[in-house]
Amino acid sequence: MMTNPGNRITQGQFSFLPDLTDAQITAQIKWALQHGWAVSVEYTDDPHPRNTYWEMFGNPMFDLKDPAGILMEINNCRKTFPNHYIRVMAFNSTRGGESPAMSFIVNRPKNEPGYRLIRQERDGRSMGYTIESYATDKPEGERYA
Amino acid sequence: MSDTKNAGAAARPAGETDEAVDLEAEFKASNIQEVLDKLDRELIGLKPIKTRIREIAALLLVDRLRKQFALTAETPTLHMCFTGNPGTGKTTVAMRMGEILKRLGYVREGHLVTVTRDDLVGQYIGHTAPKTKEVIKKAMGGVLFIDEAYYLYKPENERDYGAESIEILLQVMENNRDDLVVILAGYKDKMDRFFQSNPGMRSRIAHHLDFPDYSADELMAIARLMLAEQNYRFSPEGEKAFAEYIPLRMQLSHFANARSIRNALDRARLRQANRLFAGKKKKLTRLDLITLEPDDILVSRVFQEGRPDGEAG
Repeated sequence: MMTNPGNRITQGQFSFLPDLTDAQITAQIKWALQHGWAVSVEYTDDPHPRNTYWEMFGNPMFDLKDPAGILMEINNCRKTFPNHYIRVMAFNSTRGGESPAMSFIVNRPKNEPGYRLIRQERDGRSMGYTIESYATDKPEGERYA
Repeated sequence: MSDTKNAGAAARPAGETDEAVDLEAEFKASNIQEVLDKLDRELIGLKPIKTRIREIAALLLVDRLRKQFALTAETPTLHMCFTGNPGTGKTTVAMRMGEILKRLGYVREGHLVTVTRDDLVGQYIGHTAPKTKEVIKKAMGGVLFIDEAYYLYKPENERDYGAESIEILLQVMENNRDDLVVILAGYKDKMDRFFQSNPGMRSRIAHHLDFPDYSADELMAIARLMLAEQNYRFSPEGEKAFAEYIPLRMQLSHFANARSIRNALDRARLRQANRLFAGKKKKLTRLDLITLEPDDILVSRVFQEGRPDGEAG
């Protein structure tokens, strides 16, 4: 899609902006902690938009007061998976909320090949459409090597 | 810090390169004096501790001024070790430390996370590291207070997981100096043995503070402070009785300084309530409700049998 140069995937908050710096990430986490949300770090190498549940990098972090600990985990995760998507999620556990309140990407693979459009011919000249990432041709763990 | 007044106030003539910063203004802006005054008011005795806190405050303030001149120095290590007998105020001071360091801009949040061996050391292989790290993450931006830290290391069991926990702590104490202040606390002799077997720990801790025992007068002042906090007071005779009680209690076994005083006061309150209840006086005044009489204190077993209260037998 030529409307999205570099084929950057756009999921969660801030994904149309240039990558956040560590200082900006810290500020965002600070905001989450001020609301009492539990922050967790997750990673994946399957960029499909319907891939909702990413792998957890360690447990969600409850009862933190300061973003430094979370930034430490983000950097650990970046070291372990330098070519994966990594996102930070803030979970609102208050009754009635109980859902992610924030989610933004903090690490991307160097090359994001984007998606191919797949057309499926169905009965009666109707067409089904779906997308598939070029990266997911390879097995998990080798996709962005 | 009494001679700060003439340090920065003088306005230099224009054109001089050696521009001045106002130490006094900086001092006032940080509200340090307020914290130190509060410390003086609410913590009785503890001279060496207060002196050291004052020194640390001065260092951090000067460091901040140096930064204005782009004179960088390494962040000072503020990891501390509190040693002293039970009830000498180690936890109380640690709690204050968070607030003080926050005012000085050394830590960002200034909260205190109190842990013991159980919170740091896991039960099976691979359990310790995540557990320790989780605690460390919680304490970041504040103060990590490890009570009875000498339990972390058990020399008699070489497969003990405590050593792993110490290793992680050491690493964090070195690399995340900006994020976290670690305070270890414990009894003096046991801590000395702990440091002997962990020289790396000893060298990473800059401040070794020894909490002295309180004198009888100081304990009396503490008792008055504790009562005032709970809206009680001694009657003049009650105070006299308690002043007799303190030296007697100090000679008995299991004397835990301020903690023993707190327990004695708690029991006195119990007896006071009982006395008011048993006394047939129907109408009680406010004064009746807040006053501890000698009767509430003199029935203690310390006077009767020379044995601390609350002990079996």
